[in-house]
Amino acid sequence: MNITQTLDAKGFACPMPIVRTKKAIDTLNSGEILEVLVTDKGAINDFAAWSKAGNHTILEQKEEDGVIYFYIQKA
Amino acid sequence: MTVNKWTAADVARKVIDNKELFILDVRNADAFEDWKIDGHQFDYLNVPYFDLLDGVEEILLKIPTNKEVLVVCAKEGSSIMIAEMLSDAGREVAYLAGGMKSWSMYLEPIKVGDLHNGGELYQFVRLGKGCLSYMVISKGEAALIDAVRFTEVFTKFAEEKNVKITHVFDTHLHADHISGGRHIAAATGATYYLPEKDAEEVVFDYTKLEDGLTVQIGASKIDVGALYSPGHTIGSTSFIVDHKYLLTGDILFIDSIGRPDLAGLAEDWVGDLRETLYTRYRTLAEDLIVLPAHFMIIEELNEDGTVSKRLGDLFAENHGLNVEDEAKFRSMVTDNLPPQPNAYQEIRHVNMGKITPSDEEQTEMEIGPNRCAVR
Repeated sequence: MNITQTLDAKGFACPMPIVRTKKAIDTLNSGEILEVLVTDKGAINDFAAWSKAGNHTILEQKEEDGVIYFYIQKA
Repeated sequence: MTVNKWTAADVARKVIDNKELFILDVRNADAFEDWKIDGHQFDYLNVPYFDLLDGVEEILLKIPTNKEVLVVCAKEGSSIMIAEMLSDAGREVAYLAGGMKSWSMYLEPIKVGDLHNGGELYQFVRLGKGCLSYMVISKGEAALIDAVRFTEVFTKFAEEKNVKITHVFDTHLHADHISGGRHIAAATGATYYLPEKDAEEVVFDYTKLEDGLTVQIGASKIDVGALYSPGHTIGSTSFIVDHKYLLTGDILFIDSIGRPDLAGLAEDWVGDLRETLYTRYRTLAEDLIVLPAHFMIIEELNEDGTVSKRLGDLFAENHGLNVEDEAKFRSMVTDNLPPQPNAYQEIRHVNMGKITPSDEEQTEMEIGPNRCAVR
């Protein structure tokens, strides 16, 4: 996977992970991939719903040591 | 414009006092669909906060200016953000402190009625979750039935009323919410009762709640009598308080009846449920006031916010008590049941004492509606 940018949103509570992710995605070109690291479990459903609404694709999602990694491809 | 902060108690008053309120729920659509703040005269708009990051202009027209407006989210962070954006746009709005989490946890104690010789019966209405707990107060003493996990609410209430909690009962092993029963009993020195048939796997000491047991509470000697009434679980037991109130646990609700499947044995228990509802309860006085352990929909609330109804009225009006055909009844309570409550297996294990999650984890487990009924 060719990651264009990484956003570390660990320690942030809702809504900041999504707010920062949106800002980062806005700077990318279509098809580029953003890696996002979050620790707020509530973010899991929000990332799915937000990506769907914006037609972005979550290519992969994993959890390691309490950190959730999202790999989002911009629409 | 200022952004106001409301507590769950403020919202509860709006529900109970039958007030109008406009709720802008900024959680995602699934969460809203699954579970929201219900009120008799509440209107709703559900727009996820992440659809509003570029501005709230597009929803301004949908938000009334002649009603109070409350912004709600899961915890509170997003609702504060959106409330501030609305405020910047010139609207006066409030957000719910603690979000749906705090709504799920809030309990409103409401007096159901007077018992003989100065006794009182209180119902603790957990509006966000539909759980109902009870405190029987007699001179100097109190009994608790189906107490939820917020133990301090009950111990403080008892202190205010100047009574000592002496008996704590659970009508059954709960699957939709975490019981506070044994913790309150441990803290106050009260006896904790649980039906033995529901307690096969519990890992703590308890006193067997047996059919026909009667305890007298306080100097007023108010009778709390146990009546074995299986069906929701195999141990489910009802209580008759002061010969006037029938506490039905999760067997009989106002507009629905209990579901027999939450311990995984619908087929086995449907016969017990039928027997309890169509035979055992039929022998009781129709003037008893039914007090269930849950409500499912806001229409079940009385004008004063309590949830109760005369047994005879339920025999006439509750659909679940009027299915003459046994096969039809069997199919109704075993086929096409609603989804099970969130984390119900884990919740049963907590109530058995097998696992001890943190407060935070317990809150997560209890998120969502209770879903203990079949309509």
